Amino acid sequence: MVRFANVTKRYGPLTVLDALNLDVNQNEIVSIIGPSGSGKTTVLRMLMTLEEIDDGVIYVDGTPLTHMERGDELVRANNAHLRQMRSNVGMVFQHFNLFPHMTALQNCMEAPVRVLRLSKEEARHRASELLEMVGLADKIDQHPSRLSGGQQQRVAIARALAMRPKVMLFDEVTSALDPEVIGEVLNVIRQLAGEHSLTMLMVTHQMGFAREISDRVCFFYAGNIAEQGSPDQLFGNPENERTRQFLSAVLDAG
Amino acid sequence: MQHYLAFLSEYGPRFFEGAIVTAQQTVLAAVLAISIALIMGLMRLSDQFFVRWAATGYIEVFRGTSLLVQLFWIFFVLPLLGITLEKFTAGFIAVGMNLGAYGAEVVRGAILSVPRGQYEAALALNMSPTQRMVRIILPQAFLAMLPPWGNLLIELLKGTALVALISVTDLMFHAKQINGSTFLSAEAFGTALIIYYLMARLVISPAMRAMEDFMARKMGRT
Repeated sequence: MVRFANVTKRYGPLTVLDALNLDVNQNEIVSIIGPSGSGKTTVLRMLMTLEEIDDGVIYVDGTPLTHMERGDELVRANNAHLRQMRSNVGMVFQHFNLFPHMTALQNCMEAPVRVLRLSKEEARHRASELLEMVGLADKIDQHPSRLSGGQQQRVAIARALAMRPKVMLFDEVTSALDPEVIGEVLNVIRQLAGEHSLTMLMVTHQMGFAREISDRVCFFYAGNIAEQGSPDQLFGNPENERTRQFLSAVLDAG
Repeated sequence: MQHYLAFLSEYGPRFFEGAIVTAQQTVLAAVLAISIALIMGLMRLSDQFFVRWAATGYIEVFRGTSLLVQLFWIFFVLPLLGITLEKFTAGFIAVGMNLGAYGAEVVRGAILSVPRGQYEAALALNMSPTQRMVRIILPQAFLAMLPPWGNLLIELLKGTALVALISVTDLMFHAKQINGSTFLSAEAFGTALIIYYLMARLVISPAMRAMEDFMARKMGRT
C-alpha cells in the first residue's frame, strides 16, 4: 500500500531520512518508535506531502506520490497529481490543528463539502456518524475551544476519517494530551484498528499501546530503520543494541 | 460659554455639513484602503517573485512618502498625464491608497500569525490553495487584524483632514473658512477637534469592538 524506496530527506546539512526503504501492506498497522530527531515524524509528513522529497520515490497504492511518469522518467508531480494522491491519505496531528472558527461538526463537514463535493446533507450525515463513533455525539455543535484535549483529538480523527482515506497517519497523537485523557483517544484508534479496513502508520511514545495494536513495529535511529519486527519480537527480544538501549530508557521512565 | 453657544448656533450647521463630507470621505477611503490592503497583503505572500515585488514597491512608495504630497500628485499632477479626477474623488483615493499601504502590512502580519498547523491540517484534508486561504486562514487572520485596523481607521479619519487642501468641503475646510471670516480660531478649530475626536471615539472604536466581539463569538471564545 505504501512503499518508501531509497527516500532521503535533508534539512540543509542535516540528513533526516537516509535512503529509507519501508513497505507497508494494505490494512497493516505499523508503529514507528525511536528517539527524537530520528526521522519518525518526517516519514508521516512526507507521506502527507507536507515535506518535499530530496531523493528516492514514495509509492502509494502503486503510484508515485510526488512524482509522475513521463515516458521512462519520473518527474516532479504537478498539483493535480498531488491532489489526486493526497486523497488516499489522512493525518492526525500532535496538536490536533482543529479549525477554531468552526464547530466540531463543521470541522468534519468542511472538506467533504468543499473537496469531495458532497451535499451538505450527506456530509452532515457522515460527520455526525463519525463524531458519534468517537463518542462525541453530544458535542457536535461545540467549538474546539470548548472541548478538552482528548475530545479535540477525537474530533480530529473523525475529521480525517470523513475524507475516507485508505491510509491514516497518526503523528504522536497523544503527546500533547493530559495523562487522564490519553485513554479515550487510544480507545478510538484501537476501535479503528479492530475494523481492519485501514492502513495505519503511527508515530508514538505509547510503547504498551504500540505493542498491543501493531502488526509491526519499526525502530528508527538516525534517519533509518535500525530494527523492525512483530511487537513481541521487537519489545520482547530486541536484537539491535540501540533498540535495547532505547527501550530500557523509555520503559524505565514510563 | 454664552459666547461659544452663540458661535455654535451660528456655525453649527456648517460644521455639520463638513462632518458629513468627512464621514463620506472616511467611509469611501476605508473601503478602498481595506481592499488594497487585502490585495497587497496577499500579494506580499505570493511565491511569485514579480507579484511580491510589485506589492513591495506599492507599499514602499505609499508608506514612504507623505500623504499630502500624494494627494497633490493625484489632484494636480495626474491631470497633466491625462487623468483628471474630481476633487472629492481625488481626496478619498489618496487617503485610501496611503492607508492601504499600511494596512497591507497588517494583513500580511495577521496571515502569518495563523499557526502553521492550520495550513497543514487544511492541506492534509486536500483543500485547494484558495480554499485554504479563504475558508481557513483568512477567517482566523481577520480576528488578529481587527485591533490594528481600529488604529488605522482612526488614522484614516484624521488623514482625511488633508483633503481640505484641495478644497473638498469637509470638516477641516469649513473650520478654516469660519476661522478666516470670524478670526475665532480657538472656537473654529476647537470645535473641529472635538468633532473629529467624537467621530473616532463614538463611531469607529465601538464599531471595531462590536466586530471583535462578533468574531470572538464565531470562534466560540465567549
